[in-house]
Amino acid sequence: MNYGKKYTGLLKRKAIAGYLFILPFILGFLIFMVRPFFQSLYMSFSNVEVSPQGINSVFAGLVNYKRAFTVDTEFNRMLTEQLGKMVVNSFAIMVFSFFVALILNQKFKGRALVRAVFFLPVIISSGVILGVEYDNALLSGLQSTIENSTGGGTSITGAIENILTTAGIGTKAFEIVFEVVDGIYDVAIASGIQIIIFLSGLQTISDSMYEAADIEGCTKWESMCKITFPMISSLLLVNWIYTIVDFCMRSDNEVMEKISDTMIVKLDYGFASAMAWVYFAIVIVIIGVSSLIISKGVYYYD
Amino acid sequence: MTKTAVNKKSEKTFWERNRDSGGYLLKKKVSDIAYRIIRVFLLFGMCFLILQPILNKISISFMAEEDLYNAMVIAVPEHFTTDNYQLAAQFMDYGKTFLNTLLVSLSIAVLQIAVCTLVGYGFARFEFPLKKFWFACVVLMIIIPPQTLSTSLYLHFQYFDILGIIKLLTGSALNLRGSALPYYLMSMGCMGLKNGLYIFMIRQFFRNIPKELEEAAYVDGCGTLKTFFRIMLPDAAPILTSCFLFSFVWQWTDGFYSKTFMGNVSLLARQLQMIADRLDHYIVFTLHDATGASVGYTNAIVATGTLMVIVPLIVLYLFAQKGFVESLSSSGIKM
Repeated sequence: MNYGKKYTGLLKRKAIAGYLFILPFILGFLIFMVRPFFQSLYMSFSNVEVSPQGINSVFAGLVNYKRAFTVDTEFNRMLTEQLGKMVVNSFAIMVFSFFVALILNQKFKGRALVRAVFFLPVIISSGVILGVEYDNALLSGLQSTIENSTGGGTSITGAIENILTTAGIGTKAFEIVFEVVDGIYDVAIASGIQIIIFLSGLQTISDSMYEAADIEGCTKWESMCKITFPMISSLLLVNWIYTIVDFCMRSDNEVMEKISDTMIVKLDYGFASAMAWVYFAIVIVIIGVSSLIISKGVYYYD
Repeated sequence: MTKTAVNKKSEKTFWERNRDSGGYLLKKKVSDIAYRIIRVFLLFGMCFLILQPILNKISISFMAEEDLYNAMVIAVPEHFTTDNYQLAAQFMDYGKTFLNTLLVSLSIAVLQIAVCTLVGYGFARFEFPLKKFWFACVVLMIIIPPQTLSTSLYLHFQYFDILGIIKLLTGSALNLRGSALPYYLMSMGCMGLKNGLYIFMIRQFFRNIPKELEEAAYVDGCGTLKTFFRIMLPDAAPILTSCFLFSFVWQWTDGFYSKTFMGNVSLLARQLQMIADRLDHYIVFTLHDATGASVGYTNAIVATGTLMVIVPLIVLYLFAQKGFVESLSSSGIKM
């Protein structure tokens, strides 16, 4: 590559300075990313044995992948469950955070306090604390005893669920809805950052635009569809990707737990890499396809 | 005085005005009030939803064991006790671990943000060949779950070597596992927890600074470095504070990286994960009760431990709330 002609004099000096600035990243990327990236890909295709002298990898073809999909009893189930949960939850998080951002963008007393509360989960429900909370066996134990002693299904959602399912309307769709409603806490604590990002977008929309629409006779609903949505559609994309990535990396993720368990406890590096790669490939495809679809609809104001 | 006078002049009662508007005013007023009431309920409900687990933990942490199984005791403990705190502190070795965590989180956060600022600035303000490619690498780094690579990174550090130099000198590869060194090395190379995100945010901020500012600095005789330190850095203080706070907090609670790359360094997040086993061990071997810890008691101790881990963060959040939220919303994250 000959950049000598294009980058001369001041430009060349600036190019060098730029490279010096991003040098740490390049080094880090080469040392800690590129090698492990290919090594882990290679390991997923081989039998890995760890001996005191070092690592022995023997190429074995698709054995690990076959094992993940056909031999292992849990992996398929966990993967489909996890991906289904990811899609449903991400949708719920997007809707929830958009809705909350809309409310928090209005003026009312105590707004600062409410904002602070909604953002709190970003700080206190990160990392291990989320995992610890999920082990809360006492609460689930209590819940089941309460439900047993009162004859089951006394919660409001439970009652509605009973009515609707006995009425026999599209049960599968309702199940998903109820799952989301039951898991509203998970949704609420996972949407802190998304709320802030939506809020920042909403604040950039000038009031005069709404005023003009109002004078022209737009209803509130119309101005939301025609002004608010297009104006923050680019943030929709950012939030969607962030939500999916965030969901993949959560510490209470079943698939991730299985992978790190296989690696650290059972020392089965090849199999663990294969599972990690399958998971990663599927997530990349989901992100790629969905962001392509969303970016078609993104409207850029300037 | 004048105000009432003015009012009197144009004063029509609410009902008169309502009649003039053909009932529109009343309808608008009623729907407005109804909306406000619904909003209060909704917001209160959702805030309660978020705060409830914390409040619950606080009340549980002060209960003696018998209160946990007493159906009459719901929120206010009957036998108020601070034993849970003493036990949890003992299991986590709180004093020492706290200092350790503080030190590690602070140093890691400073290191990560320092490096990410350099890189973000480089991406935002300079033109150089292959810039798009390297930025694509940053995005790739955000998207790849670290777990995918952890397998081989884990082994990488067990037999650590830079191009075979170390093996040449000492005869065998270095085993870096068991110390915190791997993670510091990774932080220096922007490969720590969510570092891609910080680079992205900082770059976004620097891109919005007008070019004239930079040019003026150059004309006045500032070099590249001087411009960066004197002109750009002071401007970026809000976004850097914000990134620093995130880095600190996420490092504080992180389990994955510290488990994989920090060896045996005792950190609060890791101690918390082991607290249940410690309690069991303590009851069986120290109190000689072979049945072990009951479910409820284990949960009370875990809740107490969790509180002890997050209280410093909540205090930090109370003082630096603006730093967390405002700069994030003003940085204008867009794609």
